Amino acid sequence: MKNDSARTITDAVIRFAGNSQDGIQAIGGFLARLAGRTDKDVMTYMTIPATISGGPSIYQVRLGTGEVLSAGDDVDFLVAFYQHSYENHIATLRDGGVLIYDSDTVKPDPDQKRYRAVGVPISSLTVEAIGGTGKDKGKNMFVLGLVARLFELDDAKLEGMLNAYYKGKGDDVIRKVVGAFHAGFAYNLGQLDEHFEFKPSDKPPARARVVMDGNQAIAYGAIAAGVRFGAGYPITPWSSIMEILRSELPKYGGTFVQAEDELAAIAMACGASYAGHVALTGTSGPGISLKSEALGWAVMAEMPLVIIDVQRGGPSTGLPTNVEQSDLNIACFTAHGDAPRIVVAPANVEDCFYTTFEAVNLAREYSCPVLVLTDQAIATRVESFEMPDFATFTQDIAPHFDPRGPDYKPYANTADGIAHHAPPGTPMVDGKYPVVTGLEHDESGHPASRPANHVMMVAKRRRKLQVLAEKLSPPAVYGPAEGDVLLVGWGSTQGPIREAVEKARAAGESVSAMHIRYLMPLQPGIGEIMDGFHHVFVVELNDEGLYGYGQLAALLRSRYCNDKIRGINKTDGLPFKVREILDQMHRKLTGREAAGEPLAVGGDEGGAG
Amino acid sequence: MSATVATARYTRKELTADHPTWCPGCGDYSILSIYFKLMEKRQIPHEKITSVAGIGCSSRFPYFVNAHGVHFLHGRAIPFATGISLSRPDLHVFVFGGDGDAFSIGGNHIDHAARKNVKMTYVIMDNEVYGLTKKQTSPTSPMGFKSKTDPTGAVDHPIEPMKKLIAGGATFVARTHSHLPNHVLEMMEQALDHDGFSVIECLSECTEFFPGAFDSANPRKGGTFQLVPPDHDVTDEVAAYRLAMAPAPGYFGVFYQVQRPTKNAFELKLITDAQSRAGSAAVRELLQKTFQKFS
Ligand SMILES: Cc1ncc(C[n+]2csc(CCOP(=O)(O)OP(=O)(O)O)c2C)c(N)n1
Ligand code: SF4
Ligand SMILES: [Mg+2]
Repeated sequence: MKNDSARTITDAVIRFAGNSQDGIQAIGGFLARLAGRTDKDVMTYMTIPATISGGPSIYQVRLGTGEVLSAGDDVDFLVAFYQHSYENHIATLRDGGVLIYDSDTVKPDPDQKRYRAVGVPISSLTVEAIGGTGKDKGKNMFVLGLVARLFELDDAKLEGMLNAYYKGKGDDVIRKVVGAFHAGFAYNLGQLDEHFEFKPSDKPPARARVVMDGNQAIAYGAIAAGVRFGAGYPITPWSSIMEILRSELPKYGGTFVQAEDELAAIAMACGASYAGHVALTGTSGPGISLKSEALGWAVMAEMPLVIIDVQRGGPSTGLPTNVEQSDLNIACFTAHGDAPRIVVAPANVEDCFYTTFEAVNLAREYSCPVLVLTDQAIATRVESFEMPDFATFTQDIAPHFDPRGPDYKPYANTADGIAHHAPPGTPMVDGKYPVVTGLEHDESGHPASRPANHVMMVAKRRRKLQVLAEKLSPPAVYGPAEGDVLLVGWGSTQGPIREAVEKARAAGESVSAMHIRYLMPLQPGIGEIMDGFHHVFVVELNDEGLYGYGQLAALLRSRYCNDKIRGINKTDGLPFKVREILDQMHRKLTGREAAGEPLAVGGDEGGAG
Repeated sequence: MSATVATARYTRKELTADHPTWCPGCGDYSILSIYFKLMEKRQIPHEKITSVAGIGCSSRFPYFVNAHGVHFLHGRAIPFATGISLSRPDLHVFVFGGDGDAFSIGGNHIDHAARKNVKMTYVIMDNEVYGLTKKQTSPTSPMGFKSKTDPTGAVDHPIEPMKKLIAGGATFVARTHSHLPNHVLEMMEQALDHDGFSVIECLSECTEFFPGAFDSANPRKGGTFQLVPPDHDVTDEVAAYRLAMAPAPGYFGVFYQVQRPTKNAFELKLITDAQSRAGSAAVRELLQKTFQKFS
């Protein structure tokens, strides 16, 4: 059904606004997967209510030809299922954008000229198409059909995906799903009188693309890296990682345990690591606070361990379904005493796979806990990326029990400071067996509280990380290596920061960005990179703190004694919009902030509880 | 998963590590000695002996055994041992710890390891006081017990270990007294042979902070060591609970023992079922196949 009048576009931001039971996530999911199969990049953005059933919910998809860096500041197409959806989200629709609304339930402002409004009786046409009275059911598929038509998407491919996805649910369900989809696709959007088509990509990818969310990428990254034991306790938004591992690990000969709480979960993981594996645990929010004591044990005992922290709004129960990057401090410093550990943060969904893979190897190599700091935004958003090359990215890390000794010293004070364990089952040739402890110990692992020994061992545990830091390469600079402004980011803000750089440079401003992947130890070269700029702003989703900068900024300031470092922060529980980064940057550069001009808070979703 | 290396028969001499740092006369010595005896008798391969403990005087146990061992956190030895047990089917893990470790800070973990029937043996060395931290009230201290935190006598009703363990769903629950080594050995041996979560409450006198606590059950101190009646049906949960209701010093022996599939067995079945469904594909192929579903 080609439409000759279709307008070619490279990028579209589509927001579906309804209630959580309408299945709008499914619309987004299918669009995302279709895009992934068609050389288009895709990034979705999702807010879900904290309550399980009911409540407003949105799903935003940005489809584009080429690299999509953020979920998009402004909406090109808004699909509103209810009056409240329309009212709450119409402000996000850009001037000249398109509102598609359910004319059975929504009465838009008849006088406005800012956008084009197209009414479609979504509810009644869905009931007409598939029968029944279940008005909530099927509307999503009708809308998927509408959108497929509007963007000249491959309806045959989509229908194939629907059939495959709902195969297990029985013929009746498939009939209804496909029926609603067809009805939507057949609907004549006559009022709009325009169709859109994505420009084909000029460089098709080398390998097939996959579409998944960040939590999926983490779970499979761990499996690929050889993790065969994990334990966790459910908490949003970490839960889906443990759900995947629970059902997938047995296939690989592994086990994931749903523990009675987070204390038990990390204790089980420590136990399995002691037994010779590299075990994984993870959590969000309050759960990471509970894991502190055992994390300290793993530092002291020098146990490899991977801890995933899917950050959400805090403190306490905080904002369960919103994003924040406010766990950097706890990740870097939690546990009493001097307790060095490794902290890494993936920058996007694809990076979740590779960062987790790397975390497993860092834990093995440096024999210590490694925290992977991801967040609610990456956890729940879907992106497309190239299928990993599994010839390179799979490994077997099963424990070995070759005899050790004589004179086996697990904690030998070597130049690199790295411990080497003998898991139970390992015969000791001189008949002396090790006890692993959280007490300070000597080189052979024996409890020892002598002052000189503690001095030596504290230094040894720290030295491992210094050895690692020397091996890391400096972060890449996005944009020219010298200039006026350097935006520094970590974790999920990489995309919007890069887009901000693009926009600023297009407007003639001298802005570059640096993304820090290794937060503990910090990568080398950061100080030199900062020296190349007049202004350094650390962009983070956390509070500006008592002194005007956030958690990474504070870390960098304490490391580099550089008072050029300032913060661009926000705490509305939503990912950064590109505009918000640039606005704050401009305000700080022009001194408008110092003059007391209030900041326009950009949270149009108002969070989700 | 592990290489079996034939090791020579060992005796307690090979198992002896540091001299225990316990106070003279502490009941814990006897439990250590019986553990050596058990290993000597059963000859579990030396490299496979695995002893795990939390924190407390009793929890220093692994240091005194020359075998693989762990000194973990206060109250968390059970989940740690669960991690070993479920990931290393070739090992039988022994866990040692005190009454505070078991019933106060770690109280929740016992119930879950018990109901899940995770294979391991847990020896709770109950002295009815906090020893390591020097005489505070413990969750098993009797009412009226004078400690540093209850100088005028404990006012909180104590936990009754046997009731908790039976109610928690443990599949082997026994009670013994460190002054009667032969009985301790008998209980430990049965626990070792039990396929599941086996737990023993072993009264162990803290001569320093609660001397004489268990004299009433020690024949050498004029007490009576009352064995579980020979006609007791160990599979009868209500009967076991009735034994647990007996006033101090109570009964000694196996109160309760039933066979119930272990978590270890359930998890193993998940693995064998999943693997037979997946065929003999390599990890790389399995992942490739899964990722194709995402494309
Ligand atoms: C988290 C934590 N809280 C408190 C302590 C201090 N502490 C160590 S052992 C112990 C109690 C020991 O009593 P019990 O478990 O009965 O063992 P016992 O010394 O009597 O054998 C306490 C409170 C600790 N080590 N860790
Ligand atoms: S304080 Fe009590 S429990 Fe601890 S070693 Fe001394 S006698 Fe034993
Ligand atoms: Mg005690």
